[in-house]
Amino acid sequence: MPASLWPSWAEMLRFLPEIILTVAGTLIMMLEPVLGSRSRRGLGQFALAGLSAALAAAVVADGSPGPAFSNMLVVDGFATFFRVLVLAVGILTVCSSYPYLNREGASSGEYWALLLFSITGQCVMASANELIMVFIGIEISSISSYVLAGYLRDDKRANEAALKYFLLGSFATAFLLYGIALVYGAAKSTNLAVVRAAVEKGEAPLLLVGIAAALMFVGFAFKVSGAPFQMWAPDVYQGAPAPVSAFLSAGPKAAAFAVFLRVFMTAFQGVSDRWAPVVWISALLSMSIGNFAALRQSNLKRMLAYSSIAHAGYVLVAMAARSQSGSAAVMFYLAAYALMNMGAFAVVAHVAGKGERYVEIQDLAGLAQRQPLTAAALAVFLLSLIGVPLTGGFFGKFYIFKAALESRLIWLAVLGLLNSAVAAYYYLRILVVMYMEEPGEVTNGLGPLPLGLKAALAMPVVGLLVLGIFPSGLLDYAVKSAKFW
Amino acid sequence: MTGVPLSWYLILSALLFALGVAGFLFRRNIITVFMSIELMLNAVNLSFVAFSYQLKQVNGHIFTFFVMVVAAAEAAVGLAIILTVFKNRETLNVDEVNSLKN
Repeated sequence: MPASLWPSWAEMLRFLPEIILTVAGTLIMMLEPVLGSRSRRGLGQFALAGLSAALAAAVVADGSPGPAFSNMLVVDGFATFFRVLVLAVGILTVCSSYPYLNREGASSGEYWALLLFSITGQCVMASANELIMVFIGIEISSISSYVLAGYLRDDKRANEAALKYFLLGSFATAFLLYGIALVYGAAKSTNLAVVRAAVEKGEAPLLLVGIAAALMFVGFAFKVSGAPFQMWAPDVYQGAPAPVSAFLSAGPKAAAFAVFLRVFMTAFQGVSDRWAPVVWISALLSMSIGNFAALRQSNLKRMLAYSSIAHAGYVLVAMAARSQSGSAAVMFYLAAYALMNMGAFAVVAHVAGKGERYVEIQDLAGLAQRQPLTAAALAVFLLSLIGVPLTGGFFGKFYIFKAALESRLIWLAVLGLLNSAVAAYYYLRILVVMYMEEPGEVTNGLGPLPLGLKAALAMPVVGLLVLGIFPSGLLDYAVKSAKFW
Repeated sequence: MTGVPLSWYLILSALLFALGVAGFLFRRNIITVFMSIELMLNAVNLSFVAFSYQLKQVNGHIFTFFVMVVAAAEAAVGLAIILTVFKNRETLNVDEVNSLKN
């Protein structure tokens, strides 16, 4: 134990993004009652400023890597990567939520505060070095997300989404927590490094470690919507407000994968031969269930939800590789995936109209004729989701299957590639509706793209093209930081 | 641990957890389902305390406080969500909350 209870300045610096987000969120809640209704609109911009400041802080904190608060947290390349990712997701969410909330007449401060708190939790998850911090991070992120999913409280669908998300999310957390308790009993500590040493030296009873790993796998699989624990995702993404669905499918999922990877590649590294087959099966199931169910959807949000299950499956393929290049592929893919999914949901939010009445695939008919730029942006996102070259999604898939082949997971890679081919069908169907059909009632009545949505579409498009043409910058960073001691 | 061995606590904790899981899966009232989750969390707390006592550490005791605080936050949010569902649908049966599908 350090002699001084007061954390050093270096530790405070490493924790700065979380501090900034918490302060900004709390300030929003305090400011809201005292502001007039006109200046309350500025709270969205305030949240944006807070997120940008936290993003800068995360980059600065990367300059002094190391542990903080008695090893509870650790700032390393891996943590920085995911912090920057979730903060970028947050910025995109603010951009797409702002016009959405104005349209629904539901703009208020607590939305921004909850969003900031949820991202705080995800930043904690990214840098957690202790199982208890993992738990607390997940809960900070989840509890705020439950409320966000049901934010439109008079909307029946949003209510239902929030209820299901809440019940199944807390159920999963209980499993995760039970796993943590058993790890604590087996390894006499919850610090990841100590647990790893105990497991590798064989000091921890193997039975207890096995049960703990299984329970924690259930918890994490729920959070990343990996099969067979994916059933909440379609209902939640369909019912939640579109910008929130976008956020849920990118931010909490990326952060959950970050802790999933960190815990299983460190604490349970010693028993990785045992958990690898489970991840293998889960990856295959997620890809197949997600893709084949998505084929039959006519609702855009539900289709994107199933596709997000399938994408979780691809990421699990890279996890099953259990190698440094596999971990790097996970990181690269999650970054590309966050961009393309956020973008696709932003288009859905725009087309859906007030009260989200138009969320069928058919409602996009003729979008290319009425709003060519919006349609082009959606086309980039869909092509990237398919994995077409020149987009970030292509290199994401490429690195994943390359890592799988290097680890001799030949069958999994083959089945994954076949799955991608199936997926191409339902993404292309949207492109066909958008480009080949005559404009319908919905696209004819579509208003101009608001500024926030323009930003929420332009940034991911640029990001995906950059990742698709110059992937090496991000990949090098990922490979460098995908080392766990 | 005078008299009662660690394994008894762990078995009791596992039983309580299993009861919680069973309640979550088989009960249809939302409030009961929610209480089952709380039962699962408390079963875990029992494990933490038992291990902590066995290992002669305070860590486990402190973890239970974290868990309790989180459970309280979860209850606050959860009950609010359940309330809005009830207001909109006037039912507390999980099976009747099923408007999302094709």
